Amino acid sequence: MYAFTYRKAKDVKDAAAGLAKNADAKLLAGGQSLIAAMKLRLSAPPELIDLGTISELRGIKSDGKNVVIGAMTRHAEVAASTDVKKAIPALAYLASQIGDRMVRNMGTLGGAIAHNDPAADYPAAVVGLGATVETNKRKIDADAFFKGIYETALDPGEIITSVSFPIPKRAAYMKFKQPASRFAMVGVMVADTGKDVRVAVTGAGPCVFRVKEMEQALGKKFAPDSVANIKVPDKGLNSDIHASAEYRAHLVTVMAKRAVEAALK
Amino acid sequence: MASMNIIGTSVKRTEDYRFLTGGGQYTDDVAPHHATYAVFVRSPHAHAKIKGIKTDKAAKARGVHAVYTGDDIAKAGINGLPCGWLITDVNGQPMKEPPYPVLAQGKVRHVGERVAVVIADTLHEARDAAELVEVDYEVLPAVVNGAEARKKGAPVLHEIAPDNTCYVWAIGDKAKVDDVFKSAAHTTKLEFVNNRLIPNAIEPRAAIGNYSRAEDAYTLHVASQNPHVERLLMTAFVMGLPEHKVHVIAPDVGGGFGSKIYLYGEDVVVTWASKQINRPVKWTADRVESFSSDAHGRDHVTTAELALDKDGKFLAMRVHTTANVGAYLSTFASCVPTILYATLLAGQYTTPVIYCEVTAVFTNTTPVDAYRGAGRPEATYVVERLVETAAREMKIDPAEIRRRNFIKEFPYQTPVALLYDTGNYNATLDAATKLGDVAGYAKRKEQSKARGKLRGIGYSCYIEACGIAPSSVAGSLGARAGLYEAGEVRVHPTGKVTVFTGSHSHGQGHETTFAQVVASRLGIPMDDVHIVHGDTSKILFGMGTYGSRSIAVGGTAIVKAVDKVIAKGKKIAAHLMEAAENDVEFSDGIFRVTGTDKQVPFGQVALTAYVPHNYPHDKLEPGLNENAFYDPSNFTFPAGSYVCEVEVDPDTGKTSIESFVAVDDFGKIINPMIVEGQVQGGLTQGIGQALMEGCRYDSASGQLLTGTLTDYCLPRAEDVPHFKIDTRETPCTHNPLGVKGCGEAGAIGAPAALMNAITDAIGVRDLAMPATAETVWRAIAMKKAA
Repeated sequence: MYAFTYRKAKDVKDAAAGLAKNADAKLLAGGQSLIAAMKLRLSAPPELIDLGTISELRGIKSDGKNVVIGAMTRHAEVAASTDVKKAIPALAYLASQIGDRMVRNMGTLGGAIAHNDPAADYPAAVVGLGATVETNKRKIDADAFFKGIYETALDPGEIITSVSFPIPKRAAYMKFKQPASRFAMVGVMVADTGKDVRVAVTGAGPCVFRVKEMEQALGKKFAPDSVANIKVPDKGLNSDIHASAEYRAHLVTVMAKRAVEAALK
Repeated sequence: MASMNIIGTSVKRTEDYRFLTGGGQYTDDVAPHHATYAVFVRSPHAHAKIKGIKTDKAAKARGVHAVYTGDDIAKAGINGLPCGWLITDVNGQPMKEPPYPVLAQGKVRHVGERVAVVIADTLHEARDAAELVEVDYEVLPAVVNGAEARKKGAPVLHEIAPDNTCYVWAIGDKAKVDDVFKSAAHTTKLEFVNNRLIPNAIEPRAAIGNYSRAEDAYTLHVASQNPHVERLLMTAFVMGLPEHKVHVIAPDVGGGFGSKIYLYGEDVVVTWASKQINRPVKWTADRVESFSSDAHGRDHVTTAELALDKDGKFLAMRVHTTANVGAYLSTFASCVPTILYATLLAGQYTTPVIYCEVTAVFTNTTPVDAYRGAGRPEATYVVERLVETAAREMKIDPAEIRRRNFIKEFPYQTPVALLYDTGNYNATLDAATKLGDVAGYAKRKEQSKARGKLRGIGYSCYIEACGIAPSSVAGSLGARAGLYEAGEVRVHPTGKVTVFTGSHSHGQGHETTFAQVVASRLGIPMDDVHIVHGDTSKILFGMGTYGSRSIAVGGTAIVKAVDKVIAKGKKIAAHLMEAAENDVEFSDGIFRVTGTDKQVPFGQVALTAYVPHNYPHDKLEPGLNENAFYDPSNFTFPAGSYVCEVEVDPDTGKTSIESFVAVDDFGKIINPMIVEGQVQGGLTQGIGQALMEGCRYDSASGQLLTGTLTDYCLPRAEDVPHFKIDTRETPCTHNPLGVKGCGEAGAIGAPAALMNAITDAIGVRDLAMPATAETVWRAIAMKKAA
């Protein structure tokens, strides 16, 4: 790790002011990706602005229509929340499957989606459930938020404050873990919102994506068989020492089918 | 008085109190006054010429004491790292032994090779300065695959081995074997890779060199499995230092699995540098360094053939193996794919003739050496995959074909040099099939099928040669060291006992097991016995711990010393009781005159030895302190039967281990709980090799692709089942405890059992390890397509 300046932000405004002052500064949320990268000297921000003690960024509220989760809410809190388990069990389950115990106790929703690791779980929840990302400046639709590998719609200096998840009629998340890292080799969130069906895939490609063909088929009939024969093209999918693009494409179908089965249970 | 014999009881591990309460003292916990910190500059290239190294910027950086390169090491007259075993090739020529420099000399040959060292007041300063060392590399083409390295036109690593071949070595009668194959009723042939593994002990390697000007002597703390061998190699072969001026301490060590047997360049550098800068020099590897610089394991490419008669009786075996030894010869690299591999190819069977040829090859990869099992897992994999495949081809039950070929009479001379002293292979196989409820397998397979899953069963009946080794045999096979063990038993005046052993415990629980042996033999409470290991100034000598040798060789040395103590104690007791020495017997801590009620306890004899007022001074020296060296007359031969059941998800290819049964014969067992722990750990590593672990290099660049724990998959608790473990016992015939050793068995036997089960489940002949979900899924898809 290289030397850096550490600053604890009092509130969101204070954090934003810090970012405005130093464009190279980085926000520190749970630190589960950033600190590891800094320790390996792969990332060397001159200044860290810690959001850890800003209470307004933390907490879970459910009003029967939406579950609103503060950006600094830890994965373990989402996984254990009775409100989330009741309203969107698929979301609580997804959070319980992130990383390991230590990662879940430190990692945050806001940090995870701002980082937008191609194999992270949360992007599948945000897109699959059709959530809205709220920042200190605006509201961003899930479909407009994730732009590409490690890339989001956030402007410089923009800070995620919360994410609002509409409560679906039914939903489920199925994850096939990369066995070493426990990131998603392929993770699929299927949600029947009541109006339409959304299928979001993480881990398979450079960025979370929706499978429209599956959504349409499930819109007609919400059943495992509807997606069993829908294959996503392997072109453009991730291929590495852990899995080929072909295998990932295959897993998208298997995980989608199993997610539908689970959502129906 | 109740018997003090606690051999065979599951005494809780006495060392665990300090380990579980943070009281362990590992090398990195040692904090000498005024310590400096070393960071090694390592090669980012697999193969490159070093055209120049600029160290001036680094040397001037804050806190830096020194920067050294290969030139400094050469100028200091420090030699390269030696190889401890000379292999003679098929033409009677010695193996090629290229120099293995402590810091690179002119060329780097693998990613992670040590190029320079920066020593500073703090670790961070050393790290910062290390980035300022400028190395001018001319990148050369690299080769990482053993078979590729032998091809014409492959990049050449060492001038003395223009074909990258270290040796071609063979054992057995080739002509006879070839003849049998020509006329055999059935032959089975398999070609497979035994995947390269990266050890990953939980404690990374660490070393602290500390030169004392006052004493003109060095102390080296090092995470090592054999501190005396480390000292011998370092002083006599590498640095030319007087052995009595180097004190090596291997304190608590957090796992080794073989990777901490060897003398590494880092150990030499911190020792030497501590005198140059007159300050202690400390180095602890980080995990990324460990991945590229700890010796790796396995990496064989093998063609294996078995010839059988029409009844499934084995007639001959023929094996050709290419062993990738990496860029340099690590300390015992040469003997692992030869002496510790080919000699085990008889397995548990009466195969009358066997031929094995091994070609050892240099590549641009981290050196390969012994890793838990060392040669024997590779041999077991060859034998047990062949046997299972032959059984399937000949439609003979796989357990039955094994029974038809088991060795049943002992001692048994194999055609590959070993003499098995004892065993009962039917007993372990019978027990394993019963414990695994093989009778109910067909029903379980149906149930799996109903759930859409593919179930398979696989056996593995392994043998290993442990208790390494009779020095004369090892010497005749090329060992450059003896392989005995030393022990000392120091009885204090109060009758308490300190035992010094040349074995080293780095997780095995010697402090408990050895204390059980001594307490039982002396008839004193275990609390009265303290075991000391890992310190060359305290312990007379030692060959260390590897090859499941500690109890069989180290334990026996202790027993011999204990027996000397008892023998001397009898003389003292005879004097005290005014009896003839021959009339004195010793049991349960009491010396008695046979046939009388005269007795003196052990403690009184000990006190008499140190307060010798009434003492036979004319015949005996005072004191009660004995030592012994034990050189075994043969290897020990632990063996066992493993039965594994898996369920494969055909949609994803994911394997789940439904049942794993291990029934081992380790001879007499001192502490069943510790043995079970060793078996569990070994099985887990074996499962790791079969299902998830696989070191990968990029074939073009030679970059290590599995260089972190997020890319190299180690098994976790959730990846292994609740093992069903049992033992059967045929005591070893040539050591007083009847013990054989248990440390490596699981890692040796498990991969074949698992791969036999998976291939059975999905109905294919062979499958590459690690059998990742995608590998299995592809095999299923290919089978469907065919």
